[in-house]
Amino acid sequence: MEQELRELYQQVILDHNKAPRNFRKIEDASNFAEGYNPLCGDNVTVYMKIDENNVIQDISFQGSGCAISKASASLMTSMLKGKTVEEAEKLFNNFHDLVTDKLGDKPNLNNLGKLAVFAGVREFPARVKCASLAWHTMLSALHNKNEKVVTE
Amino acid sequence: MSIRSDAALPSVNTVYNVNRIREDFPILKQIVHGKPLVYLDNAATTQKPLQVLKELEKYYYTMNANIHRGVHALSQEATEAYESARIKIKKFINALGKNEIIFTRGTTESINLVAQSYGRRYFNEGDEIIISHMEHHSNIVPWQLICEEKKAKLRVIPIDDSGELIFEEFEKMINERTKFVSVVYASNSLGTVNPVKKIIEVAHSFNVPVLLDAAQAVNHLTIDVQELDCDFLAFSGHKLYGPTGIGILYGKVNHLDSMPPYQGGGDMISKVTFEKTLYNELPYKFEAGTPNIAGAIGLGAAIDYVEKTGLDKIARYENELLEYATEKISELKGLRIIGTSKNKISVLSFVLENVHPHDVGTFLDFEGVAIRTGHHCTQPIMDRYGIPATSRASFGMYNTFEEVDVLIKGLKKILEVFG
Repeated sequence: MEQELRELYQQVILDHNKAPRNFRKIEDASNFAEGYNPLCGDNVTVYMKIDENNVIQDISFQGSGCAISKASASLMTSMLKGKTVEEAEKLFNNFHDLVTDKLGDKPNLNNLGKLAVFAGVREFPARVKCASLAWHTMLSALHNKNEKVVTE
Repeated sequence: MSIRSDAALPSVNTVYNVNRIREDFPILKQIVHGKPLVYLDNAATTQKPLQVLKELEKYYYTMNANIHRGVHALSQEATEAYESARIKIKKFINALGKNEIIFTRGTTESINLVAQSYGRRYFNEGDEIIISHMEHHSNIVPWQLICEEKKAKLRVIPIDDSGELIFEEFEKMINERTKFVSVVYASNSLGTVNPVKKIIEVAHSFNVPVLLDAAQAVNHLTIDVQELDCDFLAFSGHKLYGPTGIGILYGKVNHLDSMPPYQGGGDMISKVTFEKTLYNELPYKFEAGTPNIAGAIGLGAAIDYVEKTGLDKIARYENELLEYATEKISELKGLRIIGTSKNKISVLSFVLENVHPHDVGTFLDFEGVAIRTGHHCTQPIMDRYGIPATSRASFGMYNTFEEVDVLIKGLKKILEVFG
């Protein structure tokens, strides 16, 4: 596989695509939101259970999309479980900066943890929306706007 | 990689010199991600031959002027070139007169013109407009807009699993409330060629006019509007190896005459006072403003090119490409073809188990292969099959059997990675 392509489709991404984590509905969710990309038809619903201390007790997703969008949602949910709302917002910003290439040529990937596998997306402008759909939807759910997030 | 042996080459190849044709399309020599471009997105837009590019250049280099109003030499020359393109198009689809050929921006504008002009004049509350389940959004939304305005009802002919219209359902659906039928000649996402002549016959027995969306048909099938007896026909230049931004609306004179103008402006009038404006004669009544002059001339050149090559020869060759690709692609595990009608244009839509079309598109791009992935502006079809999107390879006159092999090889690679 070509280098660029291998960086986009890292093994972690392929694994999460094949076996997405937290792929279910939370029946008694305190927060949820729907995201939709009209360009490709990708859709995702993010469910969260946030307690009175603003800690994300549980988070899950459902929907359909490409490997990048599915893996992104899957990794996001595994990372955010147990985090505070504030921490989730911070990670959103870090992730967003990473895929939209705001971190420069040699980004510091330390505070991104596993999300660093999405660094390859920067080379594929057409696929940035795939990676960020779940994150935008999560942010909307956090603020419990319950309005459809549309990326295009 | 399996390259076809000469012995297996189809008979048409002996009379159809694809390599000679490829030389006329300079863009095909592009290198993409280090690989030779394999352009299989012809249903989205076709590439343009040198003959078209040169004509555009010639127009802007030597003739650019506004038409129908100047007495000077350039204006007359430009007018003549523009009008002679209209005559080429009239002959190409065998219209009765050149006043039946209206230049538009493309198929979408042509359909909107009819929906807004004809629909606004003739549709009333409770009327019914019939389209099919396999329409492009451009043959759905314009009708929804006018139906909403007039409180008319949009009815949809269903399709079966192979992607064919269920004709009996159409026969049951049409009645004295039906005011219009607008159907696609050939589907952009399934490839299905519809039995349009039969549809027109049934519609006419109810005195209902029919519009054919011929965007995908025009570069594969020989169209004779008199023989079809369609009332309107729409297509775009850019899918016929011509420029973007130019399209055609064909309409029977009696309809066009009875319809109000679609847009007001210059060129569409014969006399303007603040009290009353007299409209220009056909086709100018529907061509307000300075048109895409270069585009019309370019489309004329594209038609010359297609006719010189022979549309029947092109169609036969593309059918063989489609047959070969269908056979080869069917051997891949977990692949399902969407649209399996016996009568198809060279469009091959498919889904892979466990691999999303967007991933297919990105991987193939790295093989130099350009295909379309997504819903192809036909979301109702995707819903019908319960899929979010498909991958679509569509073949044009310059594609080769070797290019089909490159596509198949790329798909095999994808199956290995995602396996």
